[in-house]
Amino acid sequence: MNFVPHTQSEKREMLASIGISSTDELFRDISPEVKLAEELKLFPGLDEMSLRKEITMISQENAHVDEYVSFLGAGAYEHFRPALIDHLLLRSEFYTAYTPYQPEISQGTLQAIFEFQTAVCELTGMDVANASMYDGATALAEAIIMAAGQTRKNKFLISSTIHPEYREVAKTYAWARGMELLEIPYQQGLTDTKELEKMLTTDIGAVVIQNPNFFGGIESLKNIVELAQKNKTMVILCADPMLLGLLEAPGKIGVDIVVGEGQPLGIPISFGGPYLGFIATKEKFIRRMPGRIVGIAQDRKGNEGFILTLQAREQHIRREKASSNICSNQALCALAATIYLSTLGKSGIKEVAEQCIYKAHYAKSVLNDIPGVEIAYPNTKSFKEFVVKTEESIESINKRLLDAGIIGGLDLGEFYPELKNHMLLCVTEARSKIEIDLLKRVWEGEE
Amino acid sequence: MKEKMIFELSAPGRKAYSLPALDVPTVAIDELLPLDLKRETEPELPEVSEVDVVRHFTRLSQMNYGVDTGFYPLGSCTMKYNPKINEDMSRLPGFALSHPYQAEGLSQGAMKLMYDLDQYLSEIAGMQRVTLQPAAGAHGELTGILIIKAYHEHRGDFKRNKVIVPDSAHGTNPATANMCGYEIIEIKSNERGFVDLEELKKVAGEDTAALMLTNPNTLGLFEEDIVKIADIVHEAGGLLYYDGANMNAIMGYARPGDMGFDVIHFNLHKTFSTPHGGGGPGSGPVGVKDYLVPYLPKPTVEYSSEQEQYYFDNERPHSIGKVKAFYGNFGVAVKAFTYILALGGKGLKEASEFAVLNANYLKAVLKEHYYLPLDQVCKHEFIITPTKEMKAKGIHTMDIAKRLIDYGFHPPTIYFPLIVEEAMMIEPTETESKETLDDFCQALIKISEEAINTPELLHDAPISTHVSRFDEASAARKPVLRWKSTYFGD
Repeated sequence: MNFVPHTQSEKREMLASIGISSTDELFRDISPEVKLAEELKLFPGLDEMSLRKEITMISQENAHVDEYVSFLGAGAYEHFRPALIDHLLLRSEFYTAYTPYQPEISQGTLQAIFEFQTAVCELTGMDVANASMYDGATALAEAIIMAAGQTRKNKFLISSTIHPEYREVAKTYAWARGMELLEIPYQQGLTDTKELEKMLTTDIGAVVIQNPNFFGGIESLKNIVELAQKNKTMVILCADPMLLGLLEAPGKIGVDIVVGEGQPLGIPISFGGPYLGFIATKEKFIRRMPGRIVGIAQDRKGNEGFILTLQAREQHIRREKASSNICSNQALCALAATIYLSTLGKSGIKEVAEQCIYKAHYAKSVLNDIPGVEIAYPNTKSFKEFVVKTEESIESINKRLLDAGIIGGLDLGEFYPELKNHMLLCVTEARSKIEIDLLKRVWEGEE
Repeated sequence: MKEKMIFELSAPGRKAYSLPALDVPTVAIDELLPLDLKRETEPELPEVSEVDVVRHFTRLSQMNYGVDTGFYPLGSCTMKYNPKINEDMSRLPGFALSHPYQAEGLSQGAMKLMYDLDQYLSEIAGMQRVTLQPAAGAHGELTGILIIKAYHEHRGDFKRNKVIVPDSAHGTNPATANMCGYEIIEIKSNERGFVDLEELKKVAGEDTAALMLTNPNTLGLFEEDIVKIADIVHEAGGLLYYDGANMNAIMGYARPGDMGFDVIHFNLHKTFSTPHGGGGPGSGPVGVKDYLVPYLPKPTVEYSSEQEQYYFDNERPHSIGKVKAFYGNFGVAVKAFTYILALGGKGLKEASEFAVLNANYLKAVLKEHYYLPLDQVCKHEFIITPTKEMKAKGIHTMDIAKRLIDYGFHPPTIYFPLIVEEAMMIEPTETESKETLDDFCQALIKISEEAINTPELLHDAPISTHVSRFDEASAARKPVLRWKSTYFGD
């Protein structure tokens, strides 16, 4: 199968118009020493039916959350996705369009992004948001670069309760630019604020915190912001947008840059991507913000509409002086999140967050009753994830669960060597009481 | 046609969703949340019905132009047809609903797909291994240049602090090199649009980390002296980076690895038919030669023939680390994988053959009506500009581009590359028929006549859209970047 529409006679006509007899002549500028002498070593192309069969078979080698009951989160979350999302995403005027460089024929994408920016500002309480970033991890790394530009400082404090992969990405970006990241230790599953206070010296550009953090714990954010502000240090927060319906808007508390992973907002877990990074900040930092930004403009007739604006920050104009090399965004994922937030709306976003909290706490109490299992940080408030400490190895618990059709939580020992026999569990609104009870029974070996 | 903001459709108490009734015991929510962080003001999200949501976004989609709407000859962007089967495959539950941390034994399908796609892309580009982790082309550039940085540093060579970039390069190239801490040396192209070998020799030296090059370049020309270019850079101890934006021109005809490139990024959303999504998600895999494999981001997907199982290799001490959480834009990789399987080696070569045929055909027709600054065989794209006569009437490339909208076409890339004044960069791709190309030529020919006879038609264009040209400068001076009820007084 290929998607070339030309008939043989059309091809001949076109060659004649060019004044050549074969397409080989169009490749005569490729010198013989680099021209590929043989065919690419790939398989022959497939017809559509065989293609569907082949790829469906590969997909069936993968477990998925419709056939297993999953308690795995750790940065990729199973939430309710209303059916209308995919139907609207498949409007091909959206998904087959390019970046909206021609606003006269791109008002749909532009308005959707403008609505996304508005929703992000509403959730975070910040003044401005951009059109989106690749994912939460890269948004976090770019926020540190922003802070470096703003403060002209080179050292940053990053909490060890931030998603380990996000920290690794930040480390890569920091190495690229010659910046230094220092990790703040944790205590009871939360950023150790006493240590933070000691580490806050005048050469620190920003403090980077995640809330709820990787362990699901809710950080004492106000305290952290106060400590940072006392030291005139910026605060970068990586937030779960799902909890922002209940938790105070970071902008109200004094956070300078809010980033996060928008995947919970209607984007499938899809083996880790594509996801949706978001970034929002105060108006005064806007010209340091990376990525695309949509704004309102007037056309020649005085109509209001939407365009890509403040492009003087960007690579295609400023080249090496740009605020970032980022060129694309995750527009279609931002569209999914906008549709999700419109569908769930003001009350839905709260209701989902409340259900997550109630169900996760129910699971917490039920698991706590199992002999040999205890809640690792019993005095720490948490959202949809929490850590349990076990006598039995996580591997053997998860094996037993899997045999009963349950995907257990994450073995934290993989990321934190000191947390051997600790499991990070995730319970969202997608889990029912029956499933949580089943988890307990199988865990105990009763089923 | 104007569509209200979704926030304006809101009415208190209206709902578009249903959730199951809470089936677990509850306490007051305040007992579970820290009191000092309790939200005081609710976020102003819309309260609308399901029909409201569906109609709103359906109407927005109707205000858009996509490849499915019509011809989209955007140079360097490869707006080819996005096969529908790709969308179905990426939504298979085994892919769309699988968790990145589920056990390797439960993820063999996804890992096989990643492993095979690595091999296919490596074969297409003449490289040893490919990582799928980067999320976009520019992100691939960042990854690739960091691999080069790690390579030099690992050899104890810290004096290489410059990256050479031709003046025809994409803006992302210098921006990327800067993000990696490099100084940028821009070299001028020669009068034929190629890398000037003498200029290159002058700047290549012991401080050269890399040369970043697109081939065919952004003028649509294949660098005839590519082997000599590679030799100059390699002799100076630098590495060659291939910006894969224009890969659609040469599949099955030539491979960057064979030309002497050490690192390449692909744009799956260009060459391999995955949709652009209105700006993303894309995917920018990076391929490297064998001596750079240790520096690839972690984890890599490997196959153990002993265990007969795929596994993630995280034990990579020389790796640059991670550039993105998890494994990249996996859903996009599924679409590209589907495309490669559909076309096979022969089909990919045909795709390039017809992409180049289409471009040369358009060029042959249009050069009678527009100025063609570089009249030689092109690859998948070429550049025209307004003629002297048109310019005398005050016609700019912007006017021609906007007038094309009135004729139902998406304009080409304009004002790029920067080295050609008033450039219009046209890339038709292979999936467009001769009829479409002929219609497009007819429109451009008609516009060339209008430019001379009725230039005001071009200056006023577009007139067929519900909004006309925008005042970008004033929008940037007083930016309005979010909706508030007070901005829209009615």
